[in-house]
Amino acid sequence: MDIERFKYKRRLRFGWLLKMAWRDSRRNRSRLFLFISSIVLGIAALVAIFSLGDNVRSDIDSQAKTLVGADLVIESNKRVSSRIRPLLDSLGDQRSIERTFASMIYFTKNDGTRLVQVRALEGDYPYYGSIETTPARASRAFRNNRQALVDKTLMLQYNAKVGDSIMIGDVTFAIAGVITKAPGRTGISTTVAPPVYIPLKYLDSTGLIQKGSRIATAYYYKYNNPATIGSIVSGIEPRLEKEGLDYDTVEERKKNTGRAFENFNQFLTLISFIALLLGCIGVASAIHIYMREKIASIAILRCLGVNSSQAFLIYLIQIVTIGLIGSVLGAVLGIVIQQQLPAVFKDFLPVQVTTTMSWKAISQGLISGVVISLLFALLPLVSVRNISPLYTLRLAVEHVRFRDPLKWLVYAIILFFVAGFTWWQIHDWRQAIVFTLSILAAFLLLSLVALLLRWLVRRFFPTSWNYLWRQGFANLYRPNNQTLILIVTIGLGAAFIGTLYFVQDILISRVTLSGSGNQPNMVLFDIQNNQKDSVAALAKQYKLPVMQQVPIVTMRVEEINKQTSSQVKQDTSSGFRTEAYEWEFRVTYRDTLTSSEKLTAGKLYGPVKTADDVIYISMEDRYAKRIHVNLGDHIIFNVQGTLIPTVVGSLRQVDWQRVQTNFRVVFPTGVLEEAPQFHVLVTRVPSPEVSAGFQQAVVKKYPNVSVIDLNLILTVLDEVLDKIGFVIRFMAGFSIITGLIVLVASVLISKFQRMQESILLRTLGASRKQILFITALEYFFLGALAAATGILLSMAASWALAKYSFNAPFTPHWLPIVVLFAAISLLTVIIGLFNSRSVLNKPPLEVLRKEV
Amino acid sequence: METILNVKNVSKTYQGAGQTLTVLNDVNFAVEAGSTVSIVGPSGSGKTTLLGLCAGLDRASLGSVELNNIKLDKLSEDERAQVRNRYVGFIFQNFQLLPTLTALENVMVPLELRGEKNIRSRSITLLEKVGLQNRMHHYPAQLSGGEQQRVSLARAFSNNPRILFADEPTGNLDVETSDKVIKLLFDLNQEAGTTLIIVTHNMELASQTKRIIKIKGGHLVADELN
Repeated sequence: MDIERFKYKRRLRFGWLLKMAWRDSRRNRSRLFLFISSIVLGIAALVAIFSLGDNVRSDIDSQAKTLVGADLVIESNKRVSSRIRPLLDSLGDQRSIERTFASMIYFTKNDGTRLVQVRALEGDYPYYGSIETTPARASRAFRNNRQALVDKTLMLQYNAKVGDSIMIGDVTFAIAGVITKAPGRTGISTTVAPPVYIPLKYLDSTGLIQKGSRIATAYYYKYNNPATIGSIVSGIEPRLEKEGLDYDTVEERKKNTGRAFENFNQFLTLISFIALLLGCIGVASAIHIYMREKIASIAILRCLGVNSSQAFLIYLIQIVTIGLIGSVLGAVLGIVIQQQLPAVFKDFLPVQVTTTMSWKAISQGLISGVVISLLFALLPLVSVRNISPLYTLRLAVEHVRFRDPLKWLVYAIILFFVAGFTWWQIHDWRQAIVFTLSILAAFLLLSLVALLLRWLVRRFFPTSWNYLWRQGFANLYRPNNQTLILIVTIGLGAAFIGTLYFVQDILISRVTLSGSGNQPNMVLFDIQNNQKDSVAALAKQYKLPVMQQVPIVTMRVEEINKQTSSQVKQDTSSGFRTEAYEWEFRVTYRDTLTSSEKLTAGKLYGPVKTADDVIYISMEDRYAKRIHVNLGDHIIFNVQGTLIPTVVGSLRQVDWQRVQTNFRVVFPTGVLEEAPQFHVLVTRVPSPEVSAGFQQAVVKKYPNVSVIDLNLILTVLDEVLDKIGFVIRFMAGFSIITGLIVLVASVLISKFQRMQESILLRTLGASRKQILFITALEYFFLGALAAATGILLSMAASWALAKYSFNAPFTPHWLPIVVLFAAISLLTVIIGLFNSRSVLNKPPLEVLRKEV
Repeated sequence: METILNVKNVSKTYQGAGQTLTVLNDVNFAVEAGSTVSIVGPSGSGKTTLLGLCAGLDRASLGSVELNNIKLDKLSEDERAQVRNRYVGFIFQNFQLLPTLTALENVMVPLELRGEKNIRSRSITLLEKVGLQNRMHHYPAQLSGGEQQRVSLARAFSNNPRILFADEPTGNLDVETSDKVIKLLFDLNQEAGTTLIIVTHNMELASQTKRIIKIKGGHLVADELN
């Protein structure tokens, strides 16, 4: 026989590979379950969120009409001119009008007062869907009587019942029903100013409509043939735009609602994805150790003639099967979780969400789960190709190469997959890359800390310490140590929990800071010129300080450097932003700066004395930068039809954190005194009792004046933050529990690694207490270092968020940090000891027979 | 007679810690088909390394190994794996059975890899020959050392190898069990007409082969007929 006669045939024999994969897994199935458990929650979260997304999208489609309540809505924030009124009166086959404004209401039964959003309605709106009320007939009945519909939360807050009375301005309304749901309103949007519906015909008699009052008007139209809406809208659009009116159609709302929801959904998906990634680290670590234990079996197979591809495929089949089982379990759990999501997110969802099973979401979750777990598993798996049959001959010179250059390719594919997945969710490559790099940076940093720890312990090993301490320390770097994987997984978990806590703390402290000390905590607005002095006197009567009393004039920008809004829109090279023309400015006039302002450029020119004087205004510097306006630019303002030419004379830095009136534009005195205006009074109330008494007096005497009680806002904000916090905690729960599972799995796997030597120590006479101490010491070091790194990472992230996103100071409280650190360290030690109990409690021989 | 194994000027060196370690130095010998040969020598003499090279588990640093007229040093690792599956059988000191496979499955593996037919009945016959008809469905951990080595024998002969390499086949067994296993090994070998190469430092075992090759410090120091 000759070499020429030996023809190599590369045969895979797939059937045999499947059989071998099955046989090989026999005695490891409980271990394989650990791998599965790491990814189950991540996939469950993904499937649940994907399904929620699918359901909400189809629900938006099917419920879009009820979101708008009409075929066409035209909205205006200012008085509608007589030029456009004939058009507005001619549109649609059915019409309704709704006028909306902020006002105080007064519960006559218990003297309760509260700022609400009054919605004065005329017509049969909504034409699609309904204002859901208890009792149901109230939503129609209130329109014909002097009755009101009151928001559910408001009714609860003031312990009001249907049939009770409320006062709005000068008119008393009977409460006809409780609003449980109104078109297009989510829980959060109604929290600060809950809605109260009244019939439009009583609006004038409330006496609340006065010059300068800020009232929005919506015209609702129903068409017998809604298909014509598109052409109608394109026909009237230029005229509406010219008059500064906005419009909304079912299609527009569908797009806008969908867009808003997509942002929310992207956030949820990325959090779920982080849970899956965390689980995948667990998979990679577990497979790494699994493959180490399989070296002998692979070497035997190689001796018997198995080629490298076959050896690789036997384990690949196992991993894919595990990934698939994990993904299917995750998907099933995801479907169960999905049933609960509408309840969890109810305050954030724009539509009534159904919980239909989405096969698309399930297959997306399954594919994502299998692919990502496989990619992470490939990291240790590619090394299988390098296992030599020589291992069977116990030749120590032959080491298995776990550093395979192919791993770099797998790393690259993983990064590409993560970035690709993120892009698939947010459709923005830049953000996808930032997200991927941030996760990579966290991984690298934690890995670096782990490597540094191993190096430091080795370099500065405390040789003079007693044996138990030395053994505990040495476990951190000896072969089969779990230092890297445990520090990365525990560290990431700690970083996640820490960041959540800090962000919540920043948001809450940012608000509470404003309301503490001698800062103002009550703002009265819509005070008319003739009420200015008497409202101030009323405040003094209640011994409340008048901390600020400022006039406010509303106006719009007509021209900037001779360019109108339409010119700017056409001239794309123009630097001015069109938003400057669309904004309704609330402007005050004075010749001095307040304590929250600082001049950054130009100067304040003082009062305007003659009609020929140039009017120098002062603009907030950041806003000026945003709309590309500089010192010396000419701006013409439109104040209720009167055009006022001005020049930007100064730029100011404004501290918006203070509870006081702050302005983007400040006029000098001598210009706006005669313009339609209202006043704002800022004060501080010492207690809720004084606040209630004062508000009642104000509402009774000056029904047009609205009061914002900052304490109430704080309570509301607290509730809102609680709701947001709950959603974040709910989603973060997936990552945290996954982190715990990975931790348990890693520690359990490291138990198998440590088993041999612990048994040896036991055989040599080490006491239970001594083994316990060595084990506890190793896990304490790992837990403590991982927790410390994770917390530091979260502090860095929170600091960056505070500085760049929330524009707030970051002053972390130390006690919760210490508690978090201690809790994570302790948890690691407890899990470590709990999993090692079989070594501690049983005779060495029994353990050897059973587990090795 | 046909030469089944031809070792020509074979050297094996390892690089490590800045120095070169020569384990085998210019070893030459040839083995005729159907013969029985022992490779003996003290611990660390290089005999296991020589067995690894002869069986195609590793490549020589210098020289060439021809097994069944196939030049092993020209083949890739996967090609050598196929050569092993077709022509080579192994018996190891520590048995090297796959722990997750039953005794029967362990014996079936080489045949399954070749895609042959009647695998099960042939494997059962082999296990019956080594006296394990009642232990076929036991896992290695449930078998004694002697039983494990008998499974290993059955596996080694299952693919009708042209050459069988045994690395210290009795190294982990007591004297009584060793004798039984050795008898079984020689009986099966005679029946199959396989070439048998045993690496051992047990001179009593070596004396049962027709030829003894002595290795010392990586050199072939003697090649004697028994």
